[in-house]
Amino acid sequence: MSKNSKFVTTLMCIGFTFLYIPMVLLVIYSFNDSRFVTVWGGFSTKWYGELLNNQLVIDSAILSLQIAFVTACAAVVLGTMAGIALVRFGKFKGRTLFSGMISAPLVMPEVITGLSLLMLFIALENALGIPERGFWTITIAHITFSMAFVAVIIQARLAGMDESLEEAAMDLGGKPLRVLFDITLPLIAPGMISGWLLAFTMSLDDLVIASFTAGPGANTLPMYIFSKVKTGLRPDINALATLIILTVAIGVFIAGWLMLRQDKQRKVDEQMAAMETTKDEQAA
Amino acid sequence: MPLDTKIEDRPWLDSSIEPFIKIQNVTKKFGAFTAVDRIDLNVYQGELFSLLGGSGCGKTTLLRMLAGFEEVTSGHIFIDGQDMAGIPPYERPVNMMFQSYALFPHMTVEKNVAYGLKRDGVPKLEIASRVTEILDMVELGQFASRKPHQLSGGQRQRVALARALVKKPKLLLLDEPLGALDKRLREQTQFELMDLQEQLGITFMVVTHDQEEAMTLSTRIAVMDQGDIIQIGTPTEIYEYPESRFTAGFIGNVNMFEGRVTNNSADHVTVQGTDGTEFYIDHGQNVKEGQKVWVAVRPEKLVINKDAVAAGPNQLLGTVDDIGYMGNHSIYRVKLASGRIVQTTAQNIVRPKDAEWAVDWDDKVTLTWEPSATVLLTK
Ligand SMILES: Nc1ncnc2c1ncn2[C@@H]1O[C@H](COP(=O)(O)OP(=O)(O)OP(=O)(O)O)[C@@H](O)[C@H]1O
Ligand SMILES: [Mg+2]
Repeated sequence: MSKNSKFVTTLMCIGFTFLYIPMVLLVIYSFNDSRFVTVWGGFSTKWYGELLNNQLVIDSAILSLQIAFVTACAAVVLGTMAGIALVRFGKFKGRTLFSGMISAPLVMPEVITGLSLLMLFIALENALGIPERGFWTITIAHITFSMAFVAVIIQARLAGMDESLEEAAMDLGGKPLRVLFDITLPLIAPGMISGWLLAFTMSLDDLVIASFTAGPGANTLPMYIFSKVKTGLRPDINALATLIILTVAIGVFIAGWLMLRQDKQRKVDEQMAAMETTKDEQAA
Repeated sequence: MPLDTKIEDRPWLDSSIEPFIKIQNVTKKFGAFTAVDRIDLNVYQGELFSLLGGSGCGKTTLLRMLAGFEEVTSGHIFIDGQDMAGIPPYERPVNMMFQSYALFPHMTVEKNVAYGLKRDGVPKLEIASRVTEILDMVELGQFASRKPHQLSGGQRQRVALARALVKKPKLLLLDEPLGALDKRLREQTQFELMDLQEQLGITFMVVTHDQEEAMTLSTRIAVMDQGDIIQIGTPTEIYEYPESRFTAGFIGNVNMFEGRVTNNSADHVTVQGTDGTEFYIDHGQNVKEGQKVWVAVRPEKLVINKDAVAAGPNQLLGTVDDIGYMGNHSIYRVKLASGRIVQTTAQNIVRPKDAEWAVDWDDKVTLTWEPSATVLLTK
């Protein structure tokens, strides 16, 4: 038994080393005093200071966050609508086809998605004069692929939800739209939140599609980092990456903590209910 | 026909009374599969009507058509004189208690119960008082602010009942209302349900596959099999006067014998069993001589005789093979000469002397029964 668990521990260590060594290196080197990325020159936080004085970095970070925020909100609305339509509104003609089609963007190479969207935007621009490439084109592109992910999450959540809850609400006099807001949406809210977070992070770290659909003026954070790294590794990029890792880690930690707390509370409640029942039975 | 109730308690015998629910030639198909097959059924105001049948025979489907969750493939449903075709669930005078309870997990008990009233636009103050009243009735007053997952199974079931009752619907559909309860709570709730039905005058339609529950609760029972209604009747009619082997075998235990009609008169029928036993039925029935029939006798109708009995019809000779002591009564399994086992029960009206029962293992016995207790079945 203990031999076995040693074996498992070793396996786990190898796996996690493989996963995290690159990130750990990156974090360590972001505190490197030397301007050569691969030579350790002592501890320093000067790259962080430099980063904050770099207007280009700050501008692209703000742009990326704005795009990610709008994308996440729009993708949740559209993805939820698609998910509900596919799972709940009976067996309309072509449902299987649509169900398959909604997951196509999940497996489509990004290059192709980006290219096709670029062509669409150019065609539109020629015909109507809008949209000008920049913030909105990137956002629209991000919404199209991330809403597919949200739709898949919502579909899974709805499939696991007892349909008789909605029927019960209708039975009690709720019209379909009311039932949607009273019952369905509150119950799939956790799915919508994870969909929002997923869309947000996917938009934040997308490089390929943004590169295709961005205009000359707009530079997202990944685009900025990539263009910098093309001319050689620099420690301030390490510092930037470390900040991004920190932000993501905090986000994941908060989400995980919230879920854990909810779970615990639920377990405690259920135990109390069970205990009361046995007490009732003994009394009777 | 048993005359255990007054005629006004049996509206189905009075052709001048309009049924509350009329189900006319209703069929429900899922693709090529027929779940409910050309059913005709009338249920009257104030009845507690049970649908009884094995798993998958279409009980839930029938309820769901009444509630409006499934469209009928063909046929008509009238509730309170109104054709239900095309009327959505939220406009029907019907409430349903779901097999799974379907309590809203994100709402408190109070909000769950109030939901239906809110949707009807009942004033806030009235909602509050009606919710309190109904929660007190199901003895859940102190749990009003709990969420469903903080309740035990029995409490959840009572919330579901309260939520369906609070709107005072004309028709309440209950799908296996007591399925999740233990025996004690179950019996208690059965009586509560009957009380409620008498107090509120609501018509109940109850699905169950527990035959005892159906017998205790119902004014009438419909026995279903594979989408068909096999027989409709009062509990007594279903138990004592089954019309088919299916009904006889489905409700309670029964000893069934195959045979052929030997004599068919206006006032009696005689049947010879395939093993030679003579059966005598003390009323006329629409059968032909030589026709293949079945004779059914309930275990409690059989009398165990230890002493020899004068030869005659309605007698079975055998040895006691097994005895099951149940406290108030015992179950005897008697092996006939043909090797067949016949079951009978007897009340333990005396106490055993020195732990010796009057009838014991391996005793030779003769089983007899009244001609009127013999049921002749043709299908
Ligand atoms: N939506 C559906 N699509 C296809 N077949 C269905 C559907 N709903 C029910 N059926 C089928 O119809 C038949 C009757 O189902 P129903 O739920 O009415 O049974 P039931 O009598 O309530 O059984 P139980 O006692 O197990 O609840 C079953 O064979 C079931 O598989
Ligand atoms: Mg069912």
